[in-house]
Amino acid sequence: MTGADHAPEADAPEDSGPQPVRPAEISIPDLSLVVLIGISGAGKSTFARAHFRATQVLSSDFCRGLVADDENDQAATPAAFDVLNYIAATRLRAGRLTVVDATNVKREDRAKLVQLARDHDVLPVAVVLEVPEALAVQRNANRPDRDMAPGVIHRQRADLRRGLRGLSREGFRKVHVLSGTDQIAAASITYEKQYNDRREDIGPFDVIGDVHGCSAELEQLLVELGYQLWPDEAGRPDDAVHPQGRRAVFVGDLVDRGPDSPGVLRLVMGMVAAGHALCVPGNHENKLVRALRGRNVTISHGLETTLAQLQTEDESFRKQVEEFCYGLVSHYVLDGGNLVVAHAGLKESLQGRSSGRVRDFALYGESTGETDEFGLPVRYPWAKEYRGRATVLYGHTPVPEPEWINNTLCLDTGCVFGGRLTALRYPERELVSVPAARTYYEPARPFLPQGEAAPELDVPARRDPELLDIDDVLGKRVVETRFAGRVTVREENAAAAIEVMSRFALAPQQLLYLPPTMSPSATSQLPDLLEHPAEAFGYYRSEGIAQVVCQEKHMGSRAVALVRRSDIDGAPERPVSDRGALHTRTGRAFFADAGLTTAILRQLASAVEKAGLFDELRSDWVLLDAELLPWSAKAGDLIRNQYAAVGAAARAAVPAAVNTLEQAAGRGLDVGDLLTVQRERAADAVAFTEAYRRYCWPTEGLEGVAVAPFQLLAAAGATFHDREHAWHLSLVDRLVSADPQLIRRTEHRFVDVTDPVSEAAATEWWTSMTAGGGEGMVVKPSGNLTKGRRGLVQPGLKVRGREYLRIIYGPDYTRPANLERLRQRNLGRKRGLAQREYALGLEALERVARGEPLWRVHECVFAVLALESEPVDPRL
Amino acid sequence: MLLTLSTTHRPATDLGFLLHKNPARAQSTSVSTGVAHVFYPEADDDRCTAALLLEVDPIGLVRGSKGPSSEAFSLGQYVNDRPYAASSMLAVALGKVFASARRGVSKERPELVDSALPLEIHLPAMACRGGVEMAERFFAPLGWQVHAAVIPLDETFPDWGSSRYVDLRLTGDQRVADAVNHLYVGLPVLDDAKHYWVSNDEIDKLLRAGAGWLADHPDRDLITRRYLAHKGSLSRQAIPRLAEVDDAEPDALDDATAPSATAVGHDGADAAEADRPVPLAVQRHGAVLAALRSCGARRVIDLGCGSGALMPTLLSEPAFSEIVGVDVSHRALEEAARRLRLDCMPERQRSRLTLLQGALTYTDSRMAGYDAAVLMEVIEHLDPDRLPALEHAVFAAAAPATVIVTTPNVEHNVRYEHLPAGSMRHRDHRFEWTRGQFADWTDRVAERHGYDVRLLAVGSDDTEVGPPTQMAVFTRRPQQQTVPADTSPRPAAEGAA
Repeated sequence: MTGADHAPEADAPEDSGPQPVRPAEISIPDLSLVVLIGISGAGKSTFARAHFRATQVLSSDFCRGLVADDENDQAATPAAFDVLNYIAATRLRAGRLTVVDATNVKREDRAKLVQLARDHDVLPVAVVLEVPEALAVQRNANRPDRDMAPGVIHRQRADLRRGLRGLSREGFRKVHVLSGTDQIAAASITYEKQYNDRREDIGPFDVIGDVHGCSAELEQLLVELGYQLWPDEAGRPDDAVHPQGRRAVFVGDLVDRGPDSPGVLRLVMGMVAAGHALCVPGNHENKLVRALRGRNVTISHGLETTLAQLQTEDESFRKQVEEFCYGLVSHYVLDGGNLVVAHAGLKESLQGRSSGRVRDFALYGESTGETDEFGLPVRYPWAKEYRGRATVLYGHTPVPEPEWINNTLCLDTGCVFGGRLTALRYPERELVSVPAARTYYEPARPFLPQGEAAPELDVPARRDPELLDIDDVLGKRVVETRFAGRVTVREENAAAAIEVMSRFALAPQQLLYLPPTMSPSATSQLPDLLEHPAEAFGYYRSEGIAQVVCQEKHMGSRAVALVRRSDIDGAPERPVSDRGALHTRTGRAFFADAGLTTAILRQLASAVEKAGLFDELRSDWVLLDAELLPWSAKAGDLIRNQYAAVGAAARAAVPAAVNTLEQAAGRGLDVGDLLTVQRERAADAVAFTEAYRRYCWPTEGLEGVAVAPFQLLAAAGATFHDREHAWHLSLVDRLVSADPQLIRRTEHRFVDVTDPVSEAAATEWWTSMTAGGGEGMVVKPSGNLTKGRRGLVQPGLKVRGREYLRIIYGPDYTRPANLERLRQRNLGRKRGLAQREYALGLEALERVARGEPLWRVHECVFAVLALESEPVDPRL
Repeated sequence: MLLTLSTTHRPATDLGFLLHKNPARAQSTSVSTGVAHVFYPEADDDRCTAALLLEVDPIGLVRGSKGPSSEAFSLGQYVNDRPYAASSMLAVALGKVFASARRGVSKERPELVDSALPLEIHLPAMACRGGVEMAERFFAPLGWQVHAAVIPLDETFPDWGSSRYVDLRLTGDQRVADAVNHLYVGLPVLDDAKHYWVSNDEIDKLLRAGAGWLADHPDRDLITRRYLAHKGSLSRQAIPRLAEVDDAEPDALDDATAPSATAVGHDGADAAEADRPVPLAVQRHGAVLAALRSCGARRVIDLGCGSGALMPTLLSEPAFSEIVGVDVSHRALEEAARRLRLDCMPERQRSRLTLLQGALTYTDSRMAGYDAAVLMEVIEHLDPDRLPALEHAVFAAAAPATVIVTTPNVEHNVRYEHLPAGSMRHRDHRFEWTRGQFADWTDRVAERHGYDVRLLAVGSDDTEVGPPTQMAVFTRRPQQQTVPADTSPRPAAEGAA
């Protein structure tokens, strides 16, 4: 807890310490552990029922019942408290107010609860209920289930009396004593929001790193950010206002080392007072308060400078500074919980909590206990393990340039050491910085590489932490997606996916996306077909969509191409995060041959360059969704060992059967029906063989290989699922012009599904394409990403050709009896899966575009893979 | 699928009495996998042929009443050679339709039952792994003359080569009952594939049918092995599904417990050592154990334990109070549990052992805090791009006091006669290193993560090409220097602390 030396934690800066109070109105921090204290029969349970939700109250009686089937079994007390503590700990970890309903008259019992609260960085609050002993005895006597010796209550009362005065010393941050039944009955509870809780404040903000007395740079930065400075009577700025109402948030360490700490304080204090800025304390403010209050502190590390500078100010200013610094709240939770600002950062379990530990962490970070070669403490790299939802912005540790590490960013770019003063625009996540006019203070350890100037900062460097934890993927997972809410991945699916992901897939840095599965159109009503465009058109029409695009379904394999500009002539040994990739639907390298991959990526990158897309998109990479042809290039083994084998067996066995049956018929045996069937099967076997042969042609290196991109998935800082397909297809056309040899056009037709003529033309197109053995087409909403009546509309429906489907449903699926049965296919699951995988894929892309940490992207990509192992009919 | 059985015994139509099927009419019998039709395309005194045509209904089979999991099949079950190629399904039908013939009973012609008759069997498409030669190996010792022709995969693509089917003709003087039994056992053995739609009970029956004469067959070991290899292989679907998503073969990814027979070199590699007293795998276990003993480890974690090959060695060492096996494959861990007989292990023994699913490319708090970690023949199964992640997870995050790594020494591969030059010892190996490459890697890892390292040879240390297996023992330096890895943030200066 707060040590005597520290400023008290934010809950009560004006309150120099908790004292027993006797209000009828009890005020409780909205996140606290409320400990009811009172003898048996004091009315604790009644009080708890009246003021708290049943689920917030943990009663020792109830827990005794849980473990022993008897609420009064005193022998079960230790076990009951185990259960109580476990539940309380679980609730506190989740940040839920918890009330303990037990006598708690003994000091040692209360000590355990105070410790529990401390362990979870919540405030312990004592509420004492005092009633006359006689009343308690009488109440107990009236309860038939309770057989209590008369001495027990007397002893409890004696214990309680002994402990009452010392409750705040025991660590309770608030103590409320309610005396007598009247006061107890009249009491009401009010909740105090914690000082760090500013979730309702949604910004926008400009979060500014450690200033350290560099007032000139601060003024310059504020101007750069668009603020207008307001001078006081002496012409010194004491406020800054942004015309659009943006506010500055200072991460602390305003003072020390630099040339003008009073100037910085004047400006920041003025901005905070005017509501134009927020400020959290740094360790330097903390120490300054102690020095100003005359505490015994070592005057070093630039504090001497500040104190000297403050000597030239008047006493009232010094007093203001002392009060300002003393009143600073350890950290802020902002923007609905999406943003946390703390001087040294804050790990997830401490965010929005209040305790000395929270304050220590926020001010100093966590030390490993070791010191480095410069004699400075080694910081525990909490950010590397950070998995919280909130973005954390902080300073404290000077870095040459800000780097996003798992959704956290350090904004201390060492201005006072000759670096830069940096701000991050939030929620835009743009960096703005100004260079230091000079080096004001030599750091104990050089933070810039020797002899280098501070780098220009446009975009925060993206760390490549290669740090994925097993908990990011294994077990039951829930992924929050923007378009489909929470998507659940079952534990067994994750277990299957982890093997494929870690043994066969590309490195996660290259795997930004996996394509979702695609549902077929509903089963056709026509007698001879399983699939027909009419159902696809009908689906979109019923979702309220008029314009769709029909895209030719290429006879190849799905491929996702991450094409980097450096693929044109980059060295093959460059780091994995700088290399393009060509992968399959499950994230495996498309070609086992690395040389082939390099060659095709080089050619793709050259085409993207030639088409001018890198420049136009202002990106050094693009992510393309494509089909790679021929099918045999990828699926060669499958085609040979499965499809060709079935064809070979059928073409050997069925004609032989036909022969034998003809002989038997010739003898006059009645085998007519059987013979008819076998003759049909013989024809089916031939048709089946024809069907797969169309997708096979020989390739030699890149010779014979074609890539048919149909959508641009992402580029630096951008996704494109809101661009119409016409836009994507026009980009594809430009790529085709750039390299007609490798890149193949995707034929398409735009259709108005409210116009029968338009539909008929597209249907005619599909019919002629599939009659020639074509695979079919995919029907998509022209506008691309579309929200329908119930969530996302299917991004595409495939309508596959009759002959092609032999490869999927078997050679003789077209026989009427077979078709009849195959019509009963259940699309619901497939559709649901397609929708969830689509949402996960988009989420991955958006996270990439936002520059989120690797694990956040990988989580979505992994989830797509895991869902793909769901058992659904693989022919759909 | 079709089978014909002909005889030139006179009168040939006696065949009908032996098969209990009247040549004068076609008959149909329902069997578990479809309908079996028996009819005679020819039946006179000189020559009589019985044909068995099994009509399989694949749609009915897959969609059949297999309960709620009926959608959990793989695509391979739909587009499947089973309805066409003679295999275990035909064997099962044969067993049912010609049950009396198999038992060697005939009311009308009891004297013929024990006579060898001139018989001819024709299977126009029989699944046969190992091709013509394998068919010959199976049937010739049973007294058949074998005429087999291999069927090409697809004449349009001649370079695709042969299919796994043969057009088989057998001729010989045999008892009819023996002929039926030979096929009954031979079809599934030669097929050597998953027994789609055929239950394990039925497979067991097939094996029992060969009880008498199989014992004398020169290839009886192979036959038994082929039976057992495919039992129960239908139950797992998740990983095969992921393979099919990629248009890969269902088994392409599901090799975590594949027998070493599928390995190009492992078998060969270890077999090459066979004339030595101790196989290489055993020497490897010994070397690992010695290194563990020398560092005084008590809590040991076997990373990439597979199906638990090292576990018995570890369990037999009482000094190890806690043994954890980690593997990425759930199947491999199940196999390990089965092989170690985990469910009947005494409690004290059992309490020392834990098996966990985990991947070494992810940091994992469950892997932290052990005295020693073993990575035995593991790193070479990882793409080089993923090695840094493994290094981080093991040496930086889990950071055991001792790490033992073994990996093949590629220089030694030239000593394996059966290993084609330039190929690796195992199909899943992503790289194999020379001694120099391994030393470079171990030095770099040790330097970066604050370990000392020493290298050891496992197996005979060939003066020219070194040992077959190389081993590194990493020991964490007592006073850990903070030499940050490239990827870890610099814990930079903070002045006023």
